[in-house]
Amino acid sequence: MIKVENLDVVYGSKNASNHVVRSVSFDVGRGETLGIVGESGCGKSTLLRSLAGLERGWTGSIAFDGKPVGTARNREELKLAQMVFQDPYGSLHPRHRIGTALAEPLRAMGLSDGWSEASKALRQVGLPEHFANRFPHELSGGQRQRVAIARALILSPPILLLDEPTSALDLSIQAEVLNLLADQREERNLTYVLVSHDLSVIAHMCDRVLVMQNGIFVDELTKADLAEGVTHAAYSRELFESSFL
Amino acid sequence: MTRTLQGTQAVQPPGMTQRFWASTSRVIGKLADEPLGMAGFLILALLVLIAIFAPLIAPYDPARQMLGDALQPPSLAHWAGTDEFGRDILSRLIYGTRITIQTVLSVSLIVGPIGLVIGVVAGFFGGRTDAILMRATDIVLSFPSLILALAFAASLGAGLGTAIVAISLTAWPPIARLARAEALVVRNADYVAAARLYGASPLRVLFFYIAPMCAPSVIVRLTLNMAGIILTAASLGFLGLGAQPPSPEWGAMISSGRKFMLDYWWVAVMPGVAILLTSLAFNIAGDTLRDLLDPRHARS
Repeated sequence: MIKVENLDVVYGSKNASNHVVRSVSFDVGRGETLGIVGESGCGKSTLLRSLAGLERGWTGSIAFDGKPVGTARNREELKLAQMVFQDPYGSLHPRHRIGTALAEPLRAMGLSDGWSEASKALRQVGLPEHFANRFPHELSGGQRQRVAIARALILSPPILLLDEPTSALDLSIQAEVLNLLADQREERNLTYVLVSHDLSVIAHMCDRVLVMQNGIFVDELTKADLAEGVTHAAYSRELFESSFL
Repeated sequence: MTRTLQGTQAVQPPGMTQRFWASTSRVIGKLADEPLGMAGFLILALLVLIAIFAPLIAPYDPARQMLGDALQPPSLAHWAGTDEFGRDILSRLIYGTRITIQTVLSVSLIVGPIGLVIGVVAGFFGGRTDAILMRATDIVLSFPSLILALAFAASLGAGLGTAIVAISLTAWPPIARLARAEALVVRNADYVAAARLYGASPLRVLFFYIAPMCAPSVIVRLTLNMAGIILTAASLGFLGLGAQPPSPEWGAMISSGRKFMLDYWWVAVMPGVAILLTSLAFNIAGDTLRDLLDPRHARS
């Protein structure tokens, strides 16, 4: 579903350049959930933003569903992958009502005025329809993240990119949001790329995990590896030991 | 598709009037907690009413000269006294509110949208657009506003219209800088990134996502500017470059009262008090508006 080859991201110019993502390649099958873990600054969020099309300075090749996509995307390409952001407080416009926020993707794409779809999308993520008339500040963090997920799904993208979707939420809400994501994956046969530094979230959600350090993948773990605590590289062992202690 | 939709109760956009009343009553509720701000808004509301109903309220015709009654002190017949031509000062002040309100409103309506659009465009697009727009803003900003207004008023000819144009030409740069600063913060927000991801066009992002976030601080700044606009208009009037006699402009009234100030204080002081009260009311109202519209400045 996703095929990435030799993806490089370099910030800055020649002398003061910062090579954030170093020639990484991976692919993700349809319906699979790929986890990417690593410490802060290892390049995992940059990688995800390059996939989404927010980061324009990458080189290499990215293909969704067999079709290569460039740095600037057209509407059809944007419809293939949507993203859920880390901070539910920053990802919804403070002056747009929930209904407007949910209808906006459809309006921006010129598909419909979006009001009827908005109420449907709210029910799908387990929120009552009358929330459509509320503002984001009248919702809790978990409810906002549900709205953000509903907004990402309203264009029915086959791929969902998740940038630490639960790290701004407290533990009990985290589980609810993760279950919602898992349910939606079942229902719509979605492909996820999940970036996180929380290994328990990764272990709960992912079929396969890539461990990232300084812009390269140092290890690849399967679900069975995760369950048994098997690692293949010194860095991932270190990472796992420090987080499970 | 249609069948599933029939089963659901479609959420309609709530009526605009209903929303308007809901938000108005909320704002009035908040205002009630701030007696000073309430007073400012009441004075402004009163001024607007006076301006609208000036012919009904004013006891005399503002241009009627009664040379026999010249320079009368405040009394029951003439509450604010009379000037050197025997014109009733209170009536002139009442008609003067029309000129003041007209100036303030026209300048704000010209300056607000221009400043907002220039600032938001500069902040959002960045790069060369930003550089060109901001250098133009800097150039205008580097002129002392009263002097530039004077130059315009002198070259275009004196009058209320040119005073409005002249003040507008010098008043937009601070608004543009403010809007740009807000836009620079907002353009990096996640909701703007999300909007790009679902294909919102740059114009849509600019006017539907970024401008609404910049508008409150621009409105507050405009309200606070209004006091300055009144003073600049009065200064131009004082210098004879604003509204022309016999129209009852407050600054011009002070200017003509200056000659008699030592013996007949009320001729210059009454319009001065009017200017003071109005500027004060605009400042207080602006301050309160900031507390209401901008949560960052909210008092605990």
